[in-house]
Amino acid sequence: MRVSLFVTCLVDQLWPTIGSATVEVLRRAGCEVVFDERQTCCGQPAFNTGYRAEARLLARRFIEIFEGSDAVVSPSGSCTAMVHHFRDLFADDDEWRPRAQALASRTHELGSFLVNVLGVDDLGASFSGRVGWHDACHGLRDLNVHREPRRLIQKVRGVEFVELANADACCGFGGTFSVKYPEISVAILDNKIDAIEKAGVRAIVSSDASCLMQIGGRLSRNGSTVKPMHLAELLAAREDVQQTV
Amino acid sequence: MDLQTQTTETFDENARRALVDPQLRSALRKLTVTFGERRAQAIGSVDDWEGLRERARAIKDETLSHLDKYLADFADKAERAGAQIHWADDGKDVCELIIRLLQERNAKQVVKSKSMATEEIHLNAALEAAGITPVETDLGEWIIQLAHETPSHIVVPAIHKSKKQIADLFVEKLGIEPTDDVDRLTSAARRILRQRFAEADAGISGVNFGVAETGSILILENEGNIRLTTGLPKIHIALMGIEKVIPRFADLDVFLKLLPRSGTGQRLTAYQSIITGTKKSPGDEGPEEVHIILMDNGRSRMLAHPVTRQSLACIRCGACLNACPVYQQIGGHAYGSVYPGPIGAVITPQLIGIKKAAQLPYASSLCGACREVCPVKIDIPELLLHLRAQIAEGTAITTEAPPRKALESFAFRMYAFAWSRPWLYELGGRVLRVLQRPAVRDGRIGKAGKLMSKLMPPLGAWTAWRDARPLAPRSFREMWRADNQQRG
Repeated sequence: MRVSLFVTCLVDQLWPTIGSATVEVLRRAGCEVVFDERQTCCGQPAFNTGYRAEARLLARRFIEIFEGSDAVVSPSGSCTAMVHHFRDLFADDDEWRPRAQALASRTHELGSFLVNVLGVDDLGASFSGRVGWHDACHGLRDLNVHREPRRLIQKVRGVEFVELANADACCGFGGTFSVKYPEISVAILDNKIDAIEKAGVRAIVSSDASCLMQIGGRLSRNGSTVKPMHLAELLAAREDVQQTV
Repeated sequence: MDLQTQTTETFDENARRALVDPQLRSALRKLTVTFGERRAQAIGSVDDWEGLRERARAIKDETLSHLDKYLADFADKAERAGAQIHWADDGKDVCELIIRLLQERNAKQVVKSKSMATEEIHLNAALEAAGITPVETDLGEWIIQLAHETPSHIVVPAIHKSKKQIADLFVEKLGIEPTDDVDRLTSAARRILRQRFAEADAGISGVNFGVAETGSILILENEGNIRLTTGLPKIHIALMGIEKVIPRFADLDVFLKLLPRSGTGQRLTAYQSIITGTKKSPGDEGPEEVHIILMDNGRSRMLAHPVTRQSLACIRCGACLNACPVYQQIGGHAYGSVYPGPIGAVITPQLIGIKKAAQLPYASSLCGACREVCPVKIDIPELLLHLRAQIAEGTAITTEAPPRKALESFAFRMYAFAWSRPWLYELGGRVLRVLQRPAVRDGRIGKAGKLMSKLMPPLGAWTAWRDARPLAPRSFREMWRADNQQRG
């Protein structure tokens, strides 16, 4: 299957290894990956802050760039959900709304694409140690992605999966919320951090670079050894692990 | 700290203050965890919870799209049953009307049951100014009345207070012997409140549901005080927001399953009072006069737009408060409004005007937990985004538009301009990579200095508590290009 990678601006600029891990995983799953270099951002920061004209500008661009693809895959539940929200931006626009809807139906978050579209759950990955999962809110509640990442993680050789008590609770990021109300954002975050530290995991895995930067930024400030890791990075990992049967 | 000085406009300060109050935060943790668990358990006892939610929302949508008809039906049926119907445009109208009704009947002592609608219009203050003494009879509501505070939760108004604080309050205000025994505290409250019921000239209540088919009102409670408030005094005045009407008596079946489970995690509240007009013969029990006030107070404005209309489906269960990560940290008072939490953040700006409450729609991470628990499926994140757009674009449908944020607006215009041009986006990344160099240590950006925080407030806000991830030495697109050249 030919897949168009929507890498997201955050991954492109700040955490590009998530992008290369996504390419690696998709290729292992038998996909041909293309990357259109005209892509920048889906417009979510503008949409979520209320700047709809600016969000529409970027949404139209996005649709033009991607609507020729059979499938668009992104290593972000949040940015994928934004593409699904394009129809709200064009609620009164009969030309763009159908185009937005058509594109949304072909745009997938990585974990969901692997499990639900390709029917793959074992990517031949290996990683040793305890691993926790954080449900990024938009993947969970806008796209209904819940069991897919768990299934994928449990297939990774050497991984001991730990279900955190508050896996589905918000990490407090929320885009501009994280800097408009940083004290509240961090108070929310600290519940997540407590659970992660109590679980004694080697890595905390999620499907959104934004949540991982929020969680990772606090872990790093606290001097923690827990590694924030994107699902794609875990699925691409090939560590030498002792096989125990 | 005097709670009265916390307003919607000082949300950020209120929140900061709440975050450093360990007693409040431990109370909130207990409340939100307990109520969350109880709710989860209670909805487990319903076969088709999703189906119920959908039916409830469909009933609300049907009502709201023909609100004029259902209100007219309700008023007609209620009048035929002996109730007197009054229509009020806003809170001021309601207060004047109630004061007039009471003064005409020489009523000085009033008992009240818990009602968010009366809180919304600050009825108690208006009554006191007119020389009428209102006494709250819901225990939590009475506690905050004694303490001269406002509710911090829609369902459990005094949840921010500890047992010790309540005991001290009772000693100070009621002159009881010091005790920390809950039974002794509640029996002291009961003893005094019983006296107030006996003396009361009138009872004022809210309304959970008004049934158009029969003209009945339904009020739910657990303490029995509503029975006494609406049954004992000669006059009963019920204040009902116009959105509280439902078409048929049978619709209660749906809402009675949803509301107690969502609110307190109960299968059913201890009491459900259904009141249809006045007593039918002089020998019957109950008030001689029943007045129902139908209040608009900004609600028809919400009705006008398809997105904001869903705000009126709210049945005031409080489930979204308990589920909200922001409410869980800061509690109700920080919102500076009688309606706190996610639903408060969407209702308050529509009630009092976006200008005064411009911070509230942003007080959310848009995580969607509120939408997930809402028994009538209100898409609160959608409403928050709608209000944010009104603020950002200065297109408020409510009263006055808030001042536009010039700097933020400029930043987003620049963002849209640059990021719709890939070369400019890429150039921006390269420039930032050079600029960030002095700040990067061990692959991360630590706490920004005072000057940097002034120059770039978001960086300062982020790095005060969290390390920031610097831009990578090579972007993904550069890596992709290099990779493809190799392959090519």
